[in-house]
Amino acid sequence: MSDDAPPPGYLAAEPGILAWFRTLDHKRIGLLYLFSITGFFMIGAAAAACMRVALLSPQGNLIVSDTYNRLFTLHGVVMIWFFLIPAVPNVLGNFVLPLAIGARDVAFPRLNLASWYIFMAGGALVLYAIAAGGVDTGWTFYTPYSSTYSNGHVMAMAAGVFIAGFSSIFTGLNFIVTIHRLRAPGLTWFRLPLFVWSLYATSIILVLATPILAITLFLMALERGLGVGVFDPKIGGDPLLFQHLFWFYSHPAVYVMILPGMGVVSELFACFARRRIFGYRVMACALLAIAALGFLVWGHHMFVSSQSLYAGLVFSLLSFLVSVPSAVKVFNWTATLHRGSIRLDTPMLYALGFVALFTIGGLTGLFLASLAVDVHVHGTYFIVAHFHYVMVGGMVMAYLGGIHYWWPKISGRLYPEWIARSSAVIIFLGFNLTFFPQFVLGYLGMPRRYAIYPPEFHTLNVCSTAGAAVLGLGYLLPLIYLPWSFFRGAPAGPNPWDATGLEWRTASPPPPHNFEETPVVTAEPYDYPPPP
Amino acid sequence: MKASRDLLLVLAALLALLALSAASTLLPPAPWKTAAGLAIAMMKLAVIALYFMRLREHRGLTRVFAAAGLFWLGLLAVLVLSDYLTRGRLH
Amino acid sequence: MTSSSASATSSAREAEQSVTNRLGLWVFLATEVLFFGGMFVAYVIYRHTYPEAFRAGARLMEFGLGTTNTAVLLVSSFFMALGDRAARAGDRRQLRRCLLCVATLGVVFLGIKAVEYHSKFADHLVPGPDFSGTRGPLEIFMTLYFAMTGLHALHMLFGLGAISWLLWRNAGGRPVPVEPVAMVGLYWHFVDCVWIFLYPLFYLPGR
Repeated sequence: MSDDAPPPGYLAAEPGILAWFRTLDHKRIGLLYLFSITGFFMIGAAAAACMRVALLSPQGNLIVSDTYNRLFTLHGVVMIWFFLIPAVPNVLGNFVLPLAIGARDVAFPRLNLASWYIFMAGGALVLYAIAAGGVDTGWTFYTPYSSTYSNGHVMAMAAGVFIAGFSSIFTGLNFIVTIHRLRAPGLTWFRLPLFVWSLYATSIILVLATPILAITLFLMALERGLGVGVFDPKIGGDPLLFQHLFWFYSHPAVYVMILPGMGVVSELFACFARRRIFGYRVMACALLAIAALGFLVWGHHMFVSSQSLYAGLVFSLLSFLVSVPSAVKVFNWTATLHRGSIRLDTPMLYALGFVALFTIGGLTGLFLASLAVDVHVHGTYFIVAHFHYVMVGGMVMAYLGGIHYWWPKISGRLYPEWIARSSAVIIFLGFNLTFFPQFVLGYLGMPRRYAIYPPEFHTLNVCSTAGAAVLGLGYLLPLIYLPWSFFRGAPAGPNPWDATGLEWRTASPPPPHNFEETPVVTAEPYDYPPPP
Repeated sequence: MKASRDLLLVLAALLALLALSAASTLLPPAPWKTAAGLAIAMMKLAVIALYFMRLREHRGLTRVFAAAGLFWLGLLAVLVLSDYLTRGRLH
Repeated sequence: MTSSSASATSSAREAEQSVTNRLGLWVFLATEVLFFGGMFVAYVIYRHTYPEAFRAGARLMEFGLGTTNTAVLLVSSFFMALGDRAARAGDRRQLRRCLLCVATLGVVFLGIKAVEYHSKFADHLVPGPDFSGTRGPLEIFMTLYFAMTGLHALHMLFGLGAISWLLWRNAGGRPVPVEPVAMVGLYWHFVDCVWIFLYPLFYLPGR
């Protein structure tokens, strides 16, 4: 390990701690988000750990059911809104996007910083709600329980989510305008890296779906706070209207979580197989198609809610349709590997894990899109396993892959390769041990959100908890070696992976203004030499 | 101010539309009145968007962004109505 | 990308920034369309389910005040557009007059709204335990009325704040704030458009 340090770049540009909180530099804002969401992840993970330990005993010896309800609500709210949704867009997106398009910064840098403060304000309210005793409605806040009967701190929790939603909206707005307006000369739409396309598709969803969440939470809070309401059956209201409005946002929200991950995976496959992405234009269009179709399928969360059967049929059909562009992406990633020079570096391990686990999760999504099957597995661990496969097996692995891939650019240093690879393998194994048994549990009928369960499910639950312990270890390792590498890792140089992409044409870490001279783009994306 | 003549015409049109919908209340209640009221509102929206918000000059992407919100709202409305309008029809 | 004089480059940059700002603001307005839109959808659903109650509710509204308020906002949009034109022409005085007209009309609107709300309170038409008559679909109408016009009024307040800020920015010494006026103008017109749809939904049915 040499004594040379990487160039100071943006990390040393504005000295002092306070400068970080006044920065307009998208790279520093990305790091602010990195710290915040890591903190929220640990809180959400702690809740999950408590639940998995509690589920070691069928009779619920560790905690009472009411506490269990508050734990899974905390886990859902924190993990979804304060980890998964901001993870790739606000950490990797903020850092990489302007670099990837050859710009100095995003379109509205002050709005970018404001977004982080708004995010933290929402987070503070949610943490207050948790500390004050929590909420037991589930992250879905269904009425009339949330608006009339629940005894938890629903208002504070909902207000926190409402506020954090504006952070999402402003980020999406910023990214859309940035991608339209700030691309370097020669960087036409079909020369953009797929990561940029994915951020664009994600931003469209953020901007068009999140306001509906805001108004829904507002109406629910109105009902709870003032005793009036539009969802109250006692005065002729319909609780299902809440569900329609809630899921109109929350289903596209899952595509907010996965699309940036898909974008990252495309970058990783291209770089570590040293191949052009197979079917680049189709991949870009598939991202947009997933974003658009994702808005039309929300009723599949409501198959057993007593919505009209006709609506159920329509939503079932549309849900099958949305799987098509996702499947196309999986085929194209696989085709990209064909005759590639594959390097099993850490980011590649995460990308391969993503494809495997996302495929399993996605296929089980098809089971759930079938109305008849969903009637039986709705509300069971089958659903829990399905969404954890796509969100954790998919999204979190893509996030970690992206973090490792861009870590040299962010920090100017390399992480220790063998520990990193081992962590990726441990995470993959731990994940499957945790969540595969849950498919079986759900199929056998174990309901979700229950602290107590019939003894015949005991063994599988013990398996799942054991897996969670392994998974936890896997997540812990990067939390140690990544900060270590920040100070002691070998200097990375501008392009340690020999990757294409404008971000690799500047120093690691980049100077505050990103590029000494605005780059001019003349090549197609992923301009790797064809295989011999 | 001469330059403001065209804006005054726009305002006159808007107020005329408002007078139209207000006057429609003089007639007895009838089913077409809801549609008429909404149609008049949409005309006012179009006039304001094109002239006051200057969408008539700003073509292309600005218009796409302007239309996107309404289009997406339409998707929400149509699909939610697909539930409410068909309840009790299919078992 | 080359230009022969520095001022040509900087005005090209300004024009570029102006387009960027405008696109950003229209994205924001799209989010506002969906924000209010969620409540419009709720209204449509319940109007379809309880047509009689909604017509009865609309007949309880004060038609004259509602119509007047609509006219007030339309005129305020006119002055806003006039002010935008003045700003682009560099006419500081005209801009100031227009902004003051907009602000005054905005305050008039909120004043009339306050009168309406007060009479609803007096007539026990506010949803909740105090509601007069049978609690039922009429209460849903009133809840939607207060929620939608209330959020609209809140947006008007933000708009008035923005107008005040523009008046401060316009005060002597600095260049005429062309861009901020354009942005606030778009927002103001949007808030007017929301009211244009609230009017036929809450004041016209059943008359």
